[in-house]
Amino acid sequence: MSDKVSPLRRPAPDGGSALTAEVAGLIVEALNLDVKPADIDPEQPLYGEGLGLDSIDVLEIALVVSKRYGVQLRADSEENVRIFGSLRKLVDYITAHRTK
Amino acid sequence: MLNACADRYRFAVGLGACLARGQVSLLPSTHTPEVIRQLRAFAPDVVCLTDEAACPIALPQVGYPATAAQAVGAVPQVDPEQLVAYVFTSGSTGAPVPHRKSWGRLNACVREESLRLGLPGGCAIVATVPPQHMYGFESSVLLALANGHALCAERPFYPADIAAALTRVPRPRVLVSTPVHLRALVAAGIQLPHTDLIVSSTAPLAQQLAVEIEQRFATRLVEIYGSTETGEIAARRPTQEAHWQLWPGVTLSQRGEETWAQGGHIEEPTRMSDVLELAGAGRFLLHGRVADLVNIAGKRSSLAYLNHQLNSIPGVLDGAFFHCDEARTSQTGVARVAACVVAPDLDAARVLAALRDRVDPVFLPRPLLFVARLPRNATGKLPHEALRALAASHSGPATVA
Repeated sequence: MSDKVSPLRRPAPDGGSALTAEVAGLIVEALNLDVKPADIDPEQPLYGEGLGLDSIDVLEIALVVSKRYGVQLRADSEENVRIFGSLRKLVDYITAHRTK
Repeated sequence: MLNACADRYRFAVGLGACLARGQVSLLPSTHTPEVIRQLRAFAPDVVCLTDEAACPIALPQVGYPATAAQAVGAVPQVDPEQLVAYVFTSGSTGAPVPHRKSWGRLNACVREESLRLGLPGGCAIVATVPPQHMYGFESSVLLALANGHALCAERPFYPADIAAALTRVPRPRVLVSTPVHLRALVAAGIQLPHTDLIVSSTAPLAQQLAVEIEQRFATRLVEIYGSTETGEIAARRPTQEAHWQLWPGVTLSQRGEETWAQGGHIEEPTRMSDVLELAGAGRFLLHGRVADLVNIAGKRSSLAYLNHQLNSIPGVLDGAFFHCDEARTSQTGVARVAACVVAPDLDAARVLAALRDRVDPVFLPRPLLFVARLPRNATGKLPHEALRALAASHSGPATVA
C-alpha cells in the first residue's frame, strides 16, 4: 500500500463555472448591483438575507434568463424556491432546461 | 384578524367569515416584524389567519381549515355601515396610520369599477397582485364578490404563470396586474390566450407600453387610479385618452399645492400623494408623485418615514434616503431608493438587517453609502442635488441591499 495520494481523477473542471460567471454577470448588470459578479458566493441564498434580492429582482432575473437561455421560469413548478436558493441552483436549472 | 392567506379564495373565505362574525380584517401591506409589533399595539387581540404551513408571523395563529367549507343556506345581509377592514399607510413618524373601510362604501366603489371597466357578468378574474393590497383587495376580491364575477385563487408571478392561469379559465377573462408584471409579460415575448380586458394600477403605465400591450394581446387596457386611503377613484384608457375620469360623486379640490379628494365612497377627505392637474368635469391629469413620496412597485412609503426608521437604528448617527437617478431604472421599470448613512460602528450587513426588520424589502437602499457626514446645508437641510452628487462621487464601500 502506498501512502501516496491515490491517482484519482480530479473532478472534471467544473463545466458550470463559465456559466456561473456569466449568470452572475447578467444578474449584476440587470439589477445594477454594486458588487462584482465574482464576489457573489455561488452557495449563498439569492433571496432575502443572502444577496438580498426581492421578488421584483427575481422577476428581472427571470426575464434576462428567458431571453438569454430560452428558459421560462414557472412559480407553480414547485421548483421556484429551490431555483433561487443560490446562484449555483439557478445555474443548474438553466443548464437542465436551456433551449439556447 | 390579520388575514394573511396567500390563496385568494381562502382570503375571500376568511374575509366572509370575519364579516359574518362582526370581526374586522387588518390589511397591512407588509408583514415585517416591526409592522407586526405595531399591529399588536393597535389591536392587542389580533390573531393571524394563515394558509401557510410555517407562517413566520409572530401572532397567535389560526390555520386555514383543511376541511371543505360548508354551503351556507342564505347569503347573509351585511349592514352597509359595518366596519370591514383597516388598511394602513406609513405615517412620517414611524407609526402606521389606520384607514377604516366599511362595507357599503367598498361595494359602491367596486360596482362602479365593474361599470367603468365595461365588464359583462361572469368574468374570470386573474390577478398578479396580493389580495391584501388595496388595489388587489378591490379589483380582484371585492370586484368579483360584488358583481358576480369569479376570482382565481392563485397569484401568478412569472410571465409563463400568468399565461397559464389565464388559459385555465373560460372567457370572458380579465387580467388585473401592474406595470411591473405587464412590462415583464411584453419583454418575455409570451403569448396570452385571448384576454378580454387588462387592468393596470399602482403606478403610471408608459403610453408606449400601453399601446404595445393592446396591440400584442389584442385587448383593451384600462388604468385605475387610487390610493390606500381613498380606494379607486378614477380610470382611463391610456391609448385613447390622457385624462382620468373620476368615479361619480368623487371630487378633487386644490388647496395650495395639495390636491384633496372627497365625496362618493371616500371615507374621509384625503390629501392625494400625487401631483394632479384638475381639468373640470371630473377629469384630471396625473403628473407624478409628490417629491417626498416613494412608490416602488405599488408599495408606498415616504422618505420621511424611511428616514425615521433608518435613524432609529442604534449606532446610526445620521442618515437619509433619496431617490436614485432615473438611469438606474431597471427593465421592469422599477426605480429604487438609495441612502447615505453615518454609522462608524456599524457595517452594511447590520444596517440592512435592522432595516429589513423595520421596512418592506423593496425599500432597502440600493446603494447604501457609508459617509463621514451628510452634506447638510447651513439650515441643516439636505439638498437633493447634494445627495445625488455625493452618491455619484462616492467610491467607498458601497453595498447593495
